[in-house]
Amino acid sequence: MAHHVRTDYGDSDPLFPSKAAMFWYAVLLAGLIAAPYMIESYYLSQLVFIMIYAIVGVALNILSGQAGQVSIGHAAFLAIGAYFTAVAQKHGVPLVLYLPLAGVFTGIAGYLVGLPALRLHGIYLAIATLAFAFIVEEIIARWESVTNGNEGLMLPPPSLFGLKLGTEGFYYLCLLVTVLVILAAINIIRSSTGRSFMAIRDSETAARSMGIDTARYKTTAFALSAGITGIAGALYAHKMSFISPEMFSLSVSIDFVMIIIIGGLVSLRGAVFGAIFMIMADPLLIILKDKVPLWSDALTHALYLPDSVTAAIQAGVLRVVNAPGLKSLIFGIIIIVFIIHEPMGLDGRWLRVKAYFKQFPLARQRAARPPRMFLKSERR
Amino acid sequence: MTFFDVKNLTVKFGGLTAVDNVSFGINEGEVFTIIGPNGAGKTTLFNLISRLYTPSAGQIIFRGEDVTRLSAQQIAGRGIARTFQNIELFESASTLQNLLVGRHRHSTTRAWQDILRTRKVRDEEVAHRRAAEEVMDVLRLQRYRDTTIGALPYGVRKVIEVARALCVGPTLLLLDEPSSGLNVEETNAMAEWILEINRRLRITVLMVEHDMSLVSRVSNRVLALNYGKMMALGTAAEVQGHPDVIAAYLGA
Repeated sequence: MAHHVRTDYGDSDPLFPSKAAMFWYAVLLAGLIAAPYMIESYYLSQLVFIMIYAIVGVALNILSGQAGQVSIGHAAFLAIGAYFTAVAQKHGVPLVLYLPLAGVFTGIAGYLVGLPALRLHGIYLAIATLAFAFIVEEIIARWESVTNGNEGLMLPPPSLFGLKLGTEGFYYLCLLVTVLVILAAINIIRSSTGRSFMAIRDSETAARSMGIDTARYKTTAFALSAGITGIAGALYAHKMSFISPEMFSLSVSIDFVMIIIIGGLVSLRGAVFGAIFMIMADPLLIILKDKVPLWSDALTHALYLPDSVTAAIQAGVLRVVNAPGLKSLIFGIIIIVFIIHEPMGLDGRWLRVKAYFKQFPLARQRAARPPRMFLKSERR
Repeated sequence: MTFFDVKNLTVKFGGLTAVDNVSFGINEGEVFTIIGPNGAGKTTLFNLISRLYTPSAGQIIFRGEDVTRLSAQQIAGRGIARTFQNIELFESASTLQNLLVGRHRHSTTRAWQDILRTRKVRDEEVAHRRAAEEVMDVLRLQRYRDTTIGALPYGVRKVIEVARALCVGPTLLLLDEPSSGLNVEETNAMAEWILEINRRLRITVLMVEHDMSLVSRVSNRVLALNYGKMMALGTAAEVQGHPDVIAAYLGA
């Protein structure tokens, strides 16, 4: 096993934990840069969605994972960023300007939502953000002069410095933004601001006694998280090239929360894993929907079951795979399984697999487990 | 000018007067201890001083400044740091991270600078790190540097909390029952550290403590409280021999 010997205080929290990690991230980046020439356009499009979701995941990681503030209204921030983009583009604002401005504008909205959050905790905060999401959805639907109401807005393809961005161009734009957002998030987390978020999450009383202005940092967390989501919203609007209020409903907010629960709340890597899962689960389920009846058909034939039984089983299988709401049910089960068996999400799983190979052949199942936590009240 | 003064401090929770007209002064460089039976209002008094509670009446004067109306975070900014009776560490973070949070009042960078990780941010990080290492040196915590608090035993956490308070760079350190939950050896070590903090780092200490052997070992003066009222004030021996204190503890 490799141990890193640190020789000066400056590298106590490096961007990359090791040279090897830096190498593999470089390989990943090279792969992503080469992707448009290597994979089908469908998968390239999925990759763009993954990046947009990953950006939202990073935003929620900062707010919920780092600062411990719940939000089930992040679709509203995505909507604000998306509509800001649509309107700005219509008025001839260039992309280099409206993309960051979408972040700033949504960040201000996030700051305002953060103000009531100063008095609310846990479930009450969740309800408040939910209410905010409904209000934003309603405003977008009613404010027809700007948003064109329920009919939605069309967006022309984005152009950078007068050049129209094609599929590949837009892919690279998303890649650039994703990398920058992740770098910004890493810098935040390893700084005084990030530590203050962590302090507020773990013990607000102690945070105040250490001189942390909890009100300021909570609103900062909201503003940052909303701003990042706003930028994702700008990309999302261009990706869809059409936006309407129902695209930013409650279920989208829930999807976002699922990203960080499934990916793992504590790490940024988790946000990316969660995004991959959420985006790739859909096509996977669609494939399964087609395949499962074929498999069951083959199975019943292989068992030489009577025709009546085969027909009954086949009818049952078709009813199940075509049942409305099946996807929600599966996702619900996945969430429950993750919360019970892997509270650290896909990222926790990843760390264990990594630990296994690092310690091979000495790895033992218990060794990779997180250390036992003592309850606060265990010894007094 | 006295270093730290509490004047006629009173707090009422509904009909209960938890701290009743308490006045005392602490000299610079002293170890001042508050004792009293359970429910005497010791921790409440602490929470009033660190401004987690708001007094109903009275004043708190720190180095000539009235700090009665400041917020908890401003109190830390004035150089008053505290620990908690039941430990309020950031449990999911490492020891080092906890100590670095203690350095918060010395950090001057804003969020946008942190995002860009400017030269100033990097320089400050190194300074914070150095300060945290120095505190770890004093309290022999290096071996727990990267361990998550949640995985550490209670006795170690207690010391880490003191270390975090020291990282604030206080001139007045408030220790709420530093020996509660510690075994005999850990309590002895704690007594040594309190003396070291007081003598070597020249930090004035105000503490709440039950363990009378620890109290008499480290305290210059002792204040006994009961039902929020002052019973006795003097050296450890004087207070222990005071008839009201004996009566309060033995229930006579």
